[in-house]
This record gives sequence, structure tokens and C-alpha cells, in this order.
Amino acid sequence: MIGLDFIFLLLGLLFAAVAALTVRDRTNPRRFTSALFWALFAVSFLAGKWLGDIANGCIAVTLALIAGFGGLGRGAPDTTGEAMRETEARKIGGWLFLPALMIPAVALLGSLVLKGVMIGGHSLVDLKQVTFVSLAFGVILALAVAVPLLRARPVEPVVEARRLVETIGWAALLPQMLAALGVVFAGAGIGRMVGDLASQYLPLGTPFAAACAYTIGMASFTIVMGNAFAAFPVMTAGIGLPLLVHKFGADPAVVGAIGMLSGFCGTLVTPMAANFNLVPPALLGLPRYAVIRVQAPTAVAMLIVNTALLYLLAFHK
Amino acid sequence: MWPLLGIAVLVVGFAVRLNPLLVVAAAGTAGMLAWHDPIYTLAAFGKAFNDNRLVASVWLVLPVIGLLERYGLQAEARRLVGRMQQATAGRLLLVYLVYRQLTAAVGLIAAGGPAQMVRPLIAPMAEAAAEGQAPGTTDKTRALVRAHAAAADNIGAFFGEDIFIAMSSIVLIKGFLDSVGYLVPPLRLSMWAIPTAVAALLVHGARLLWLDRRINRAAREPAAEAET
Repeated sequence: MIGLDFIFLLLGLLFAAVAALTVRDRTNPRRFTSALFWALFAVSFLAGKWLGDIANGCIAVTLALIAGFGGLGRGAPDTTGEAMRETEARKIGGWLFLPALMIPAVALLGSLVLKGVMIGGHSLVDLKQVTFVSLAFGVILALAVAVPLLRARPVEPVVEARRLVETIGWAALLPQMLAALGVVFAGAGIGRMVGDLASQYLPLGTPFAAACAYTIGMASFTIVMGNAFAAFPVMTAGIGLPLLVHKFGADPAVVGAIGMLSGFCGTLVTPMAANFNLVPPALLGLPRYAVIRVQAPTAVAMLIVNTALLYLLAFHK
Repeated sequence: MWPLLGIAVLVVGFAVRLNPLLVVAAAGTAGMLAWHDPIYTLAAFGKAFNDNRLVASVWLVLPVIGLLERYGLQAEARRLVGRMQQATAGRLLLVYLVYRQLTAAVGLIAAGGPAQMVRPLIAPMAEAAAEGQAPGTTDKTRALVRAHAAAADNIGAFFGEDIFIAMSSIVLIKGFLDSVGYLVPPLRLSMWAIPTAVAALLVHGARLLWLDRRINRAAREPAAEAET
């Protein structure tokens, strides 16, 4: 069965190759610590399953320390210049889009088709991970098309991947670190404390006040946890159900749907949601909070809209 | 109340812009040390780190995107936009916002994303459109346009995906409501996500059209832009 292990194997090989190229790169002033960083990341993918919690914890902490104390350097990128890219683009033309669009296309098709494929009574793909496995297939097929199409040397995809990985730098690791932190916070009982505090100290005497407390609570708690999924059970158990539904008779379907969407307003403005808010600036060469700054006005407006919608729609019975 | 110290560390660390990886490690330590011994903390963090490796699967696309960039993908994307007379950065991003909302609403969340769509295609296209509509666009304006490209990707996905009944957030809402005794069909949850999706399109679409005016004004009055 093709599942998580397949994806982690590919990721492990990718980052191992990045580490191997980095350690030989004399233009990188920190090539040894940088290579160690990417090698440890590769080990986490290739062997994380067998290492045990304490060893994995040591890897995570070492990675944080290397990055935190400036151990991650960049080399001079080994790639083509702007002029050559223009010439190549003119030569190849619109075909350049084909492999790029193949990734989402195969990912989508795969998630629809692969579910039904059985071999010897077992399904070919782990059904829970079918989207991610399809994405991996999309990448492999896109490479199989792109390399001959562009007459590229087979090593070029890895060389170019390293260029992008160095551009992204420590941000490549951040989504995973923050997701882990969310789990640790939840384990430490922070959710219950926040829920208790909110229901104890907020004025919640009217349906409107309770609706405001619920939507704003969802957004604020999402800002702290970086994830509306973590905030949803806490806030809904703390405010949504006891007050909105039980006391004021709101429709639980409306409360649930709009509550989650209010959480998403928080996701738009928190650095904790690194994969949405901090990775794109790294990919696009922007200041760290540039995307959050652009998203903030929409987030605030949508929080107001959600609160109004909750108040207007939830009490329709 | 001691684990709340972890949140305080986090807020202060992000605010003074320390390296986020260090902030996370420190916040996790602060949060857990309050109750448990260091080895337990290290193991809990290691387990959570290991359990969340799948988040990194987005990096699988980098070899393809990097290779295509080497052979001029971004240049080709810019050229494509250069041929469209009516294209402006705001209109182009508005089209992408609609595309992202619609595809997400039918569950096609992999049809976008910062690594596979925004960096190689959408951002260079939007920048080229800004060039076309206001020649002499500054680096600052181009940076703003790139940030808007990433924002449209996020906002379209967030306020589209909850219309799809098999989305993980809908599953989570349903699971939670089930567990407390409210049996709500998923379709009713996705139905109540539609008003917010429409409102998001109106609010953010208006901001994107306003972005065009800002780009044009900045090109006309470079001095005025320097102040904002």
C-alpha cells in the first residue's frame, strides 16, 4: 500500500540531496552547519518513525538552535540568468506551463481515481492519504515530462530545488514546528483555561453579546494557536453551545459553520499559521509580515461580516 | 495558569522578530516546563514534531517548479500577460480569487497554493500586469502586488473550502456537533458557509480593484507613494 512512508521517503531523499549539494558548496559561508540542518531534516523523514520521541525531540531542538543562531547560510545560486531565461522561454513557449499544471491536474485526478484501485484485495493507496500520494505522483509525472521537454540534465531538478530551499530557509521547517507547538499547548491544557477565562469574565447577557464573544473568541484563540481547528472545540464548548444554542436557541449548524469561518479570519493575521502567512513571503522575497499586512483589512471586515451573519441567521427558528 | 507563560513567550518573541524557530522552541519549553520535567517536555515536542511531518509535503513540488523557473517559466507567464491588453494586476488577481474560491468549493484545494501556483505563475503575471497598466512601477509597488497575490490565494481557499461537504473543517464541525448530540447533515453546514463566501468575494474583490487605483496613483505620483 502506498501511503505516508512513500511521501516521507521522497521528502527524505530530496532533503538528503540538498544537504549533499550544500556541504560541497564553497560559496556558502556556513556550509557545514547548513548541510547539518538539511541532513537532520532528511533523517527526520527517513527514520523519524523508528527514532523514538526523545531522539525526534533532539532533532527538533537542534534544528531550532542551528537556525536560531544563524547557522543557516546561502550559497551563490547555480542557475540561469534572466537573459537566458527569456531566450529559453521564447524557444519553448507555452509548453512550459504543461508540467506546472500537471501537478494539480494529476493530484485532482488521482484523488478521484486512485481510491478505487485494488491490487490483490488491498487498495493500492492509503485511502486516508490519497490527496498527498496523488500530489507526489503529480510531481513525479511532471518531472518525467519536463526533463525531456526541456532537454534538462537529470541533476537539474535537484540543483534547482536546493536553490528554492535556500530561498525559503528556516521557514521550510516552521509549519511543522508550529503544528507541533499547537499540540504541546493543547496537551498543557491551555485551551480549557482560555475557554474558562472567556466564559467567566465576558459580558454575555444578550444574544448579540454572546455572538460577538463567540466569533471574536474564535478569531483570537485561532491567532494564538495558529489553527482554527484547535480553537473550534474549545470556543464552541465554552461559549457556542452553552450560551448561543442552549440559552438563546441558536441553530447549531449556523453556529458551527460561521464559528469556523470566524476562526479563519484569525488564521489570516497570525504568524503562527506559518504555512499560509510566513512561507509565502519567504517564497516571494518579501518582508516577513508583508502578507499578513495585506490580509489584515479583509480579515477584520470578514470578522464583522461573520458576526452580523451569525446574529442574523442563527436565530431563524 | 503557568502554561499561559508559553503564549506570552510566543507573542513577545514574534513581536520583537526573533527567529521564529527559536521562539517556538522557547514557547514550547515554557508551556510544558510548568507541569512536567525536561525529558517529558522534549519527548512530547519530538512526538508532535514527528506526527506533523506531513505538513512538509508541499516541498515535494520544488524540483519541478525550480526546473521550470530555470527554463523561463516566470518569463513566459509575464509574456502571456503582456499580450492581454485589458489585464491589470487587480483584475487578474480578482479572476484568480474567483478561481480559487470555486475550485476550493468543489474540494480541489490542490489547485492553488504558494509554491505551485503563486510563486511560479500568479505573482509574475500580476507584476507584469502592474507594469503594463502603469509603466515605471516601483519595486515597492511590485512587492505589494506580490503580497496581494499570496493573500488572494489564502483568502480564496479559506472562504471557499467550507462549501465542500467532505472538507476536513466540515468533518471536524460535524464530528464535534455529533459528539454533543446535535446530528447536523454536512450539507447544512456547507450551505451556511455560502453567505460568508459571497461576502468575502465582495470585500476582497473590492480591495483588489482598489489596488489597481493605488498602483496607478503610485506610478503617477512617486513622491506620494514614498510617504505611505
